[in-house]
Amino acid sequence: MEPFIKLSGVAAPINRVNIDTDQIIPAINLKRIERTGYGQFLFGSWRFKEDGSPDPDFVLNDPKYQNPSILVAGRNFGCGSSREHAPWALEDFGIRCIIAPSFADIFFSNCFQNGLLPVVLPEEQVQQLMEKLEKDPGTRLNVDLDAQRIWDEDEEVVLTFEVDPFRKECLLNGLDEIGLTMQQDDKIAAFENRH
Amino acid sequence: MPSKTMFEKIWDAHAVHEEPGQPSIIYVDLHLIHEVTTPQAFEGLRLAGRKVRRPDLTVATVDHNTPTWDLSMPVTDEISKRQLDALEDNLKDTGIVFYDRYSPNQGIVHVIGPDLGYTQPGKTVVCGDSHTSTHGALGCFALGIGTSEVEHVLATQTLRQFKPKTMEVRLNGPLPSGVVAKDVILGIIGQIGINGGIGHVIEYTGEAIRSLSMDGRMTICNMSIEGGARAGMIAPDQTTFDYVNGRQFAPKGQDFEAAVDEWRKLPTELGATFDKLVEIEAADLEPFVTWGTNPGMVTKITNRVPDPASFSQAHEREAAERALTYMGLEPNTPIQDIKIDRVFLGACTNSRIEDLRAAAEIIKGKHAHPDVYAMVVPGSARVKAEAEAEGLDRIFTDAGFDWRVAGCSMCLGMNPDVLQPGQRCASTSNRNFEGRQGKGGRTHLVSPPMAAAAAIAGHFVDVREL
Repeated sequence: MEPFIKLSGVAAPINRVNIDTDQIIPAINLKRIERTGYGQFLFGSWRFKEDGSPDPDFVLNDPKYQNPSILVAGRNFGCGSSREHAPWALEDFGIRCIIAPSFADIFFSNCFQNGLLPVVLPEEQVQQLMEKLEKDPGTRLNVDLDAQRIWDEDEEVVLTFEVDPFRKECLLNGLDEIGLTMQQDDKIAAFENRH
Repeated sequence: MPSKTMFEKIWDAHAVHEEPGQPSIIYVDLHLIHEVTTPQAFEGLRLAGRKVRRPDLTVATVDHNTPTWDLSMPVTDEISKRQLDALEDNLKDTGIVFYDRYSPNQGIVHVIGPDLGYTQPGKTVVCGDSHTSTHGALGCFALGIGTSEVEHVLATQTLRQFKPKTMEVRLNGPLPSGVVAKDVILGIIGQIGINGGIGHVIEYTGEAIRSLSMDGRMTICNMSIEGGARAGMIAPDQTTFDYVNGRQFAPKGQDFEAAVDEWRKLPTELGATFDKLVEIEAADLEPFVTWGTNPGMVTKITNRVPDPASFSQAHEREAAERALTYMGLEPNTPIQDIKIDRVFLGACTNSRIEDLRAAAEIIKGKHAHPDVYAMVVPGSARVKAEAEAEGLDRIFTDAGFDWRVAGCSMCLGMNPDVLQPGQRCASTSNRNFEGRQGKGGRTHLVSPPMAAAAAIAGHFVDVREL
């Protein structure tokens, strides 16, 4: 897994609540057997009109938010299906950090497995950030995982966030969870012997 | 010792390793796998030179991609076929039991697990599918996981999890007549919201829950994820034991008796506390219909489509406006005036034998409305065979319904069963997200009797008035 240490990039706002994984990547696009190549399908139904042309009204098609690496969205982001294709699609598109007031559990966990940082901030702070990004499109944010801090160049936005220490450590070092668990192999074997 | 909830008992019994500040390592008793969320996990194992640790605790089938047309016809979608073939290739030499498209045990993972007796009280069950919560109906801790976690379970037979919080959803009083399990869970989600359960395992309790059959309990637990919960569960009782008894992979004879003795120790003890309690009066429940684009956008059959202006919070108002535009609905339209084009009877929520019986009861001797195309997709090959032995297939086909082969089908539209843009569907599935059943498709979630009644009338009707 690619470590997540620091990130600096354009932040794009999607001011909707309950963005489900069927919107992030529709089921019809889950048929590949690879981990890569899903970025083309990200938010497919919102990015593209019925004739397949880009919908200029959707933020990810707005040239003012070119090449975003951060998304800011409403609460309960990633609800619905457990498909890990959702973080794969985000990552393949170039998104490494998502900021929202809350995340669905499985999506939240899937992000950490793929070097993506989901940041939970109070609803009010997310709303203020959303307004700032809409007012000043193309705003670049800096994310420092070790310092647990997010800020823009003018320091008009300066935010701190909480992250579980174990998950932070895994992200900073790009740790493989399976490898970590396998270090406890004797305990797994002992459990199996008891049952 | 302090009193424990059922969840805590199962958790403690499966904790292999716990360390402060770290997710616990939890042993997995049953790992169900299917074609969509496993190819990358097997690839990961191969790249790291790892093996499947416990093939004997892993069960594989194909369900998401498979066409529901006759088994004599091939899979024509090349990419689907590639994914189906990939599973078969990945399973070679692993020793994992595989129920392929032609197996009499094939079906939706969450239907075959309990039906074949793999799912048993007290077990930990995982699958790369969010509706794994279904299995909690038997008194399991059952949860959906991502593909990286599938790989973790294949390699180690364990899962790393931070301990979730607990939540009791208590239904007071008996279920009113004409109200079924699907209405109960839609009513619960309507009350707690689709993020009400985040970070929690829900235990459903109370008289109305106890009175439900296992098929009904599975419908409830299935949609725990739609309330945002990590898992849902119901304490095992005589109904559970009778259900498990005699199933193909359930313990037999004295082993079964010994297992029941253990299972009786599972229920939450008196005095144990949950982190959160939600109480619902069963008497307030009616048949429910969703009107919007998530399962929390739901109302009673006797109500009208809400006016977005009636929502107090700005983002709820905007979400409702967006949903009504997508759904092609006007505010204040009576739900019973909404006309439908399609009916889908199926999905891991409502494709078990009792669901099919309940729908057949409604349509017996009647015919689908000429403007409606209705399809029935049994949850498994065994459910299909059982229904055919009872003659249910004839009731459906005589009524003009299409009788299909088992699979996930139009619940998520990965196979050829999809809605066309603008088509409106009464569906017994679990998600009404935009495009879920096909791009531009409009989904209304309902119970099997409500779906059947809508197929006959061509619009939603109150099943209690039939």
